[in-house]
Amino acid sequence: MITILFSNVLIVGGIAFLSALMLYFISKKFSIKENPVLDKIEKSLPGANCGACGKAGCKNFALACIVSSREEFENLYCPVGGAETMQKVAKILGFKAPKKEPQVAVLKCNGTCDNAPIKLQFDKIISCRLANQISVGQTECPNGCLRLGDCVKVCKFGALKINEKTLIPEVDESKCTACGACARICPRGLFEIRAKGEGGKRVYVACNNKQKGALARKNCKAACIGCMKCAKICSQIQIKDNLSYIPSDVSAEKYGEELVKNCPTGAIILKNAQSKKEHS
Amino acid sequence: MTKTFSLGGIFPKKYKITSEIPSKDAGLPEYVYIPVKQHIGTPAKILVNKGDKVKVGTLLADADGVISADVHSSVSGEVIRIDETEAASGYFENMITIKVQGDEAEDYIDLSQTLCKEIPETPQEIIDKIRKAGVVGMGGAGYPTPIKDTIPQDKKIDILIINGIECEPWLTSDDRLMVEKAEEIVIGAKILNKLFGIQNAIIAIDENKLKAIDIISNITKRYVGVNVRVCKTKYPQGGEKQLISAITGREVPSGKLPMDIGCLVQNVGTVFAVYEAVMKNKPLYERYVTVSGDMCKTPQTFKVRIGTPISFLIDQCGGYDEKTAQIILGGPMMGNSIIHTQAPITKTSSGVLLLSNELSKRPTPTDCIRCGKCVDSCPMGLRPYLIGIYTRNNLLEELKSIHAQDCIECGCCAYICPARIPLLDFCKLAKIELKNKQGK
Amino acid sequence: MLKVSTAPHMFAKQDTNAIMKDVVIALLPAACVGIFNFGLTALITIITSIASCVMWEYLTVRYLLKKPSTINDYSAIITGLLLAFNLPATIPVWMILIGSFMAIVVGKMAFGGLGKNVFNPALVGRVFLFISFPVQMTMWMKPNWHDFFNRDIQTGATTLGILKHIDASSSATSLTHGNPDISQIPDYWHMFIGYTGGCIGEVSALALILGGIYLLIKKVITWHIPFYYLGSVFLFSSLMWLATQDIKFDPITHLLSGGLILGAIFMATDYTTTPMTTKGKIIFALGCGILTVIIRFYGAYPEGVSFAILIMNAFSPLIDKFYYTRVYGTRKK
Ligand code: SF4
Ligand code: SF4
Ligand code: SF4
Repeated sequence: MITILFSNVLIVGGIAFLSALMLYFISKKFSIKENPVLDKIEKSLPGANCGACGKAGCKNFALACIVSSREEFENLYCPVGGAETMQKVAKILGFKAPKKEPQVAVLKCNGTCDNAPIKLQFDKIISCRLANQISVGQTECPNGCLRLGDCVKVCKFGALKINEKTLIPEVDESKCTACGACARICPRGLFEIRAKGEGGKRVYVACNNKQKGALARKNCKAACIGCMKCAKICSQIQIKDNLSYIPSDVSAEKYGEELVKNCPTGAIILKNAQSKKEHS
Repeated sequence: MTKTFSLGGIFPKKYKITSEIPSKDAGLPEYVYIPVKQHIGTPAKILVNKGDKVKVGTLLADADGVISADVHSSVSGEVIRIDETEAASGYFENMITIKVQGDEAEDYIDLSQTLCKEIPETPQEIIDKIRKAGVVGMGGAGYPTPIKDTIPQDKKIDILIINGIECEPWLTSDDRLMVEKAEEIVIGAKILNKLFGIQNAIIAIDENKLKAIDIISNITKRYVGVNVRVCKTKYPQGGEKQLISAITGREVPSGKLPMDIGCLVQNVGTVFAVYEAVMKNKPLYERYVTVSGDMCKTPQTFKVRIGTPISFLIDQCGGYDEKTAQIILGGPMMGNSIIHTQAPITKTSSGVLLLSNELSKRPTPTDCIRCGKCVDSCPMGLRPYLIGIYTRNNLLEELKSIHAQDCIECGCCAYICPARIPLLDFCKLAKIELKNKQGK
Repeated sequence: MLKVSTAPHMFAKQDTNAIMKDVVIALLPAACVGIFNFGLTALITIITSIASCVMWEYLTVRYLLKKPSTINDYSAIITGLLLAFNLPATIPVWMILIGSFMAIVVGKMAFGGLGKNVFNPALVGRVFLFISFPVQMTMWMKPNWHDFFNRDIQTGATTLGILKHIDASSSATSLTHGNPDISQIPDYWHMFIGYTGGCIGEVSALALILGGIYLLIKKVITWHIPFYYLGSVFLFSSLMWLATQDIKFDPITHLLSGGLILGAIFMATDYTTTPMTTKGKIIFALGCGILTVIIRFYGAYPEGVSFAILIMNAFSPLIDKFYYTRVYGTRKK
């Protein structure tokens, strides 16, 4: 019995010892020497590794900051951390921080299930990007939301979720950092990162359908039909491919209500109009 | 000995119910819709106007740019619309709608059934004729044939492989074509031989097509430089890379073309189109299409004019009812769901399948049990389970290191996975992401 | 309304459930032999083991992880069966409960459930019991085909136990001190059909091989692991045997006894805890073979299968990392 116990201890202990050794060597081999300044910059970054800055991860952004000249640094910006973070980084490097206006993501589609009824059934397709390759989508709008939530999955900040009633994604303004991940992943390019606007008030066209009016309306009640009514209200508004675009310098304060009132389909959305509740 | 590729592969049930049924002419529909882009590359430039009278074989649109192909009318009649029209995927594509009136062909086309065996043309003339006929790869991708067949100076083809393998279940269009147009295909192979200046064409046929093997091997006895090789019935034997590895034992290096290792693979349909283009001056306006599936009442292989609405074929096979859950254009392994049955047959459509819900329903995925079946079945030697994990976590570097971009999207992994993980979807996503990254 | 989905549009019949069901079916012949040999006690052990494994799985999934129950996927049943197969029939019921707890909760659920565990759960349970209760775990019942209700339990050493205790220097004829001796080693035929002492499921090579053939036909397992595992054990023991002419190393006895066949066909082919690729599987099996032989010949235990498989389980992620199929088109010139 003693021998049995002894060999038990030996075998188990041996395995433990071997694994410990292996772990030690592996960690030794793959450890990277840190640069103290890099470390400092990295710590002041949000650490989300979202890639919004155009670099692969926060570490690479920090690296880019270190090697940048004064002018180059002006062009580096972490949209997630915003001005505050850039201030910090600038201080570490002894540079001046660039200025940027606060931004937010908006969804350029209002194909809710009321507006755009489901016409065909998706059978467990896992991603919008794939669905976009093989079909027009459940609503048959070739430019609208596919409702499979790639954007929701890619958002690191939990700012997006699919609204259970409308079936399309919704942006939570307080969480959105304008990192642009959703804009990059959406196969239909439905997200626009645009200025938050004064007091969060902004007006935009929530439609991406480039078909002719009648066709667009066939699949979605809230489609932009390119009727030019909005363009008559404000000359900055351009209509291209049967689709209107309201640039972000069109004042929501001045034109917002009027635009919304005059759009025959309800494609124009005014967010955060005072005292009123949010448009859905 | 039957030949096959060494890595992976699966054996799905074959369902080749239409292989013994002679093909039928589908006849003329009321309208045809001819897309100007039925190939990879730039859409062709439209030459006709609304109201124009056209005949069978009239050039409708001209190849635009280097990678493009001519598009011809498949019927005679009047152009009534040139507009965005719904394609099978539901997206709108530029198409020419022709109202069919009579069936009159352009004079330059030789419609007789006589075999022409003499190949007088020089290689340059052959290429020109193929180009003028708008021939594209008919196996699926639709890469313009004249471009594929123009070999750069520094490369040399030493073996031409003619792909008579139809490894997708149900489809029998190539099978029927080989049985009915055997000699034409062999002559087509001779033409391509002449084009490349070689005497080494191999027609690869899978072993379940006994009749085609029999007929073609008898004919090839009379022709020098064309031979038949029988391949094992295994999916995806018809994949270009798999076929090359089965016939020659060579491997196309990652990111290279078959041309780089001296091989060229052409589908039998394409070879037949080459024969008709060169010997009969006949543009590509017709093809064989199988209509089948477990919900199809009278399955049948048709000879179809390009542009015929899919519903026109389905109606001839008894239509479809509510039990038909999915209609697939192409094979069940790699084809896509059809949304609009009014959409036309194009140069690359090989089959229309009506599938029941039981068969085509996507099962609910569960956790990976690490069975390794996906690894064993992947004909490219990839590790699909790992591609799945990396894609879910968006690890692009890792995806690249395991060669996710080499996936041929054959679907073996997704077919075999007992945990029903949509591995092919992950592979496709991985490829999309890798391409996006490269584009940046 | 037409449906839209991505390719492929057809799927293999065999899903996870079907595979698990096949494994259960393949284990049945061995279970029958076990019950036939050891009577009611064996039946009780098997049933308790399965029931407790399913119970532990249900409890952890429902109340600890709060997820939908996974007990219908048969995997707990397999773990239970395999655990029982690795226990002597005489084991007390409360020990089975502990063993199954170790197997399911520690061996499987703690890692994240089916598909994520590193070690074969049944073996974790067995080894735990083996180390904690060596006495009960090495009390082997003698088979008795005429006495289902076990009125008369006899215990003895297993074949390998006998071999282990034969002093290499003593000749085969010296029968001294009541030590187990060579004459107690059952002949090959008895070992093959299973009329010998040992764990419930390991005794009959015939029944296990039948199950293995079923799994091969159903394409649940490939032949690589059993072949290379058994082959390497056979090869090494033959080499030793040829070199020393010592009965201790008799290769056929080594093949047929000590749960080697059970291990090679059912435990070393467990999907989750073994490498994914064929190459990796071969390395895994060879590793198991070598370790088994080393433990059997030089370790303190007479049997080495469980330890060998567990140790190789720990290496299988590593094997997966370094040995995989060569990607098409990467052939070196
Ligand atoms: S917005 Fe784009 S990514 Fe998000 S669910 Fe819709 S289609 Fe998909
Ligand atoms: S789809 Fe891609 S990963 Fe899957 S088996 Fe085919 S080649 Fe391999
Ligand atoms: S086939 Fe499915 S369950 Fe098996 S290893 Fe691959 S992904 Fe996992």
